[in-house]
Amino acid sequence: MTKEELKSTLTTLFPKATFEENAFVNLNISSTEILKICTELKENPMFDFDSLVCLSCVDWKTHFTIVYLLRSRSFKHELMVKAKIDNHENAEIETVRNLWMTAHWHEREAFDFFGVKFLHHPDLRRLFNPDDWDGFPLRKDYMDEVNIVEL
Amino acid sequence: MIDVLETKDTGEFIINVGPQHPSTHGVLHLIITLDGEMIKDVDPQLGYIHRSIEKMSEKLSYRQFIYVTSRMDYLSSHINNQACSLAVEQGLGVELPPRAKVIRIMMAELTRLASHCLWYGSTGLDLGAVTPFFFGFRERDEILDMFEDTCGARLTMNYIVPGGVMYDLHPDFQKKLKQFIINFKKNFHEYHDLLSGNIIFQNRTKGVGYISPQDVIALGCTGPVARGSGVSCDIRKWYPYEGYENLQFDEILETEGDCFARYMVRLREMEQSIRILEQLVDAIPEGEFQAKTKNVIKLPKGEYYQKVETARGELGVYLISDGTQYPYRVKYRSPNFSNLFAMKTMAVGQKIGDLVSVMAMLDLVIPDIDR
Repeated sequence: MTKEELKSTLTTLFPKATFEENAFVNLNISSTEILKICTELKENPMFDFDSLVCLSCVDWKTHFTIVYLLRSRSFKHELMVKAKIDNHENAEIETVRNLWMTAHWHEREAFDFFGVKFLHHPDLRRLFNPDDWDGFPLRKDYMDEVNIVEL
Repeated sequence: MIDVLETKDTGEFIINVGPQHPSTHGVLHLIITLDGEMIKDVDPQLGYIHRSIEKMSEKLSYRQFIYVTSRMDYLSSHINNQACSLAVEQGLGVELPPRAKVIRIMMAELTRLASHCLWYGSTGLDLGAVTPFFFGFRERDEILDMFEDTCGARLTMNYIVPGGVMYDLHPDFQKKLKQFIINFKKNFHEYHDLLSGNIIFQNRTKGVGYISPQDVIALGCTGPVARGSGVSCDIRKWYPYEGYENLQFDEILETEGDCFARYMVRLREMEQSIRILEQLVDAIPEGEFQAKTKNVIKLPKGEYYQKVETARGELGVYLISDGTQYPYRVKYRSPNFSNLFAMKTMAVGQKIGDLVSVMAMLDLVIPDIDR
């Protein structure tokens, strides 16, 4: 599907979602809908997003967005899904590891660095930092006077 | 450094491999559950070489953060630099001079060759053969000499910058490259003679570490690991960048999905890289090697994503700009990160000795996983 076709099909299916323009089709959704929409995107043969290329988290100081870059191997189209988590204190979102297994470790990484809890993730431990590490290093308000040297 | 940690009541052993085990090629720590000699579970422990490159990049300007990426996958440092430069150029909207594009592709393909040469040598060492190491390094050294002439470095190049490349090619580069192609083609059959047909090597790799195409897609594996299971994923073919669409080369696919298939993919890829170099060596356009860019780069507010094919698979660079001279967030989707976690699928049910072949054919670079 081309970008325009993808966008119009998505609009009819998810009327609440919003879009923004750049190199990708960006689908902005709320974090509560993630599992429903991702299941639809994966299972629906019209989209057939069978691979999750990249999962990352962005700290916008007031909220988080979890960014999912999806790719369909049969159609070669790509889609960026951005799930907004409003609660910055207790960020929570449903896991997508049952749809794409690779999310298992990407989510552990996001938990490690941003402290976003992925609900129903069976093994949500820190991935890189030691288990007793204090704080979440990639958050914008993270302070570490010993290890971070300001340039 | 293999030591037995504890024995469970079920008769299973829990064994630590690494973080200083020679076959892990870096500081990778695996906790392996064994039943006799059979592997029941593999749990990688990461973070021994984590430098938080993503956090560092947020404090570095758009020219500076590229240099840090040479230290990620240090065997593909040109390609890492290229990915970041392309992402920045998306935001700048700058058109590269044709000479810069060709130099970049040549450097990228030479990097791929050098990386595969090192992999060939270390694979031989891991599986008990010493001579492949000398064969691999013979070619690798020639390539690194060419890099040194042009960029002044042999490992962390920092040569590809936004807008083109940092310096022009060394005057001898073309001559040396031509000689290298001749030498390589003359010597390449030795690679196959030494390992591919070796019955000990075949016994240790054929049918070992199988992974199905479905698992490859689910686990997000890319590069030779995926192509060894017949999953097409070459970014140079799927989403061509920098003029790969104009070049003649094949995407190598093997369908067996075992360690030997991944071995063959890498060897056959080396031939394709030579094929690309042959097309370019006489067709380097004259002219500028760098487009005009401002000293202080400020990208328009927005998001940029660039994917390239490194020697190990798909590298994605996700840049978020807030309009200042520093990136707001940088995320690297590194190929080794996804490939590593296929190890469990490959190794479970195999003997512990096979773990070495599985790791050798994954060709992991740990700093790329830990970033």
